[in-house]
Amino acid sequence: MASESGANSSGEYIAHHLTNLTFGQHTDGTWGIARSGEEIARMGFWSINLDSIGFSVVLGAVFMALSWAVARRVTTGVPGRRQNLIEITVEFVNNNIKSMFSHESKMIGPLALTIFVWVLLMNTMDLVPVDFIPALAQMAGVPYLKVVPSTDVNVTMGLALSVFALVLFYSVKQKGLGGFAAELSFHPFGKLGLPVNLILESVTLLAKPLSLGLRLFGNLYAGEMIFILIALLPWWGQWALSVPWAIFHILIIFLQAFIFMVLTIVYLSAAFAVEEH
Amino acid sequence: MNINLTIIGQVISFAIFVWFCAKYVWPPITNAMEEREKKIADGLAAADRAVRDLELAQDKATDQLRQAKQEAAGIIELARKQAGVVIEEAKQKAREEGERLLVAAEAEIEREFNRAKEELRGKVAQLAIAGAEQILQRSVGEAANSELVDSLAARL
Repeated sequence: MASESGANSSGEYIAHHLTNLTFGQHTDGTWGIARSGEEIARMGFWSINLDSIGFSVVLGAVFMALSWAVARRVTTGVPGRRQNLIEITVEFVNNNIKSMFSHESKMIGPLALTIFVWVLLMNTMDLVPVDFIPALAQMAGVPYLKVVPSTDVNVTMGLALSVFALVLFYSVKQKGLGGFAAELSFHPFGKLGLPVNLILESVTLLAKPLSLGLRLFGNLYAGEMIFILIALLPWWGQWALSVPWAIFHILIIFLQAFIFMVLTIVYLSAAFAVEEH
Repeated sequence: MNINLTIIGQVISFAIFVWFCAKYVWPPITNAMEEREKKIADGLAAADRAVRDLELAQDKATDQLRQAKQEAAGIIELARKQAGVVIEEAKQKAREEGERLLVAAEAEIEREFNRAKEELRGKVAQLAIAGAEQILQRSVGEAANSELVDSLAARL
């Protein structure tokens, strides 16, 4: 699409596709949408990626609305198609919870279901042709639009940090503040190795949200990047690469959503486990 | 790649979605699924029970049939025996009746014979008197002679 005028425009094309639609305060004090990458950088923390938030909220809301519609008219008799779809998903999530989470919690099921379906839907946006929605948006005067929320590190880290907060909350709730501190202090090497223990366990603890969020971000960002690169090819040759990659990407989409859910369950299961020392 | 407010927006929307899911989506669906599971399990158990009940009923039916046959055979046997007894009794009765009739007939015959004898005796006496009258050609007082003749007749 943008390959007519050489490497410079290719670079611009890629950069354009990797830039979020960001709303924030300009350097001159006015509020508005950033028109370039530098403007975004200058906006700093107090800005918001409208596209990421918009698409993720819409996708989440679509799932919630669909499942709520099913849940309101749920029947114990023969389920309809939509109920079947939701039930299969719920059962899939529930089986994973049953096999990995042996504690009693009302929160883990909804949490895992929300994570799985939401991440799955956000990842699935990757299968929409890379230029389709951004080009339409540009016609409507929107300068940038990234349609895959999970290629935005804010989105994936937001999820990961939420999970991390829950891990901390339930660790303290189940073990008490002292118990949690003891777990961090006395674990691999006993009481004598306290400083080393503390360093090791803190790294382990902090690595959880980082790996959780960055894994999803990295996989989807790379996948999107490859779609963008394929889109630089002449239009008659794109299908030869984009179709196999899209088919392979279906696996990644599902797998990343699944991994995110499984790791959430595993981390929370560890948070719930009260170990004897 | 800039970390900005989006991360907080994401945390908030995540919290809202999880809350919504925990309140309106997860409980009714899992409850319905559990209930259906229970229903299916109950149905299967009921089917098993029905099969067992059927077997039991069949066993019972064959049992009763056999018993009925046995009873019927017993009744037939008894009836046959009773019939034999009845026939035997009838024969016995007939025999007795025959004997009684025979005895009665014999007694009748004897009675007839005695009566005939008496009659004959009377007639013989008269005849003897008449014969004696004619032989003697003389009138003997009937009263005196009849005594003689009666003793004669009694000796007959």
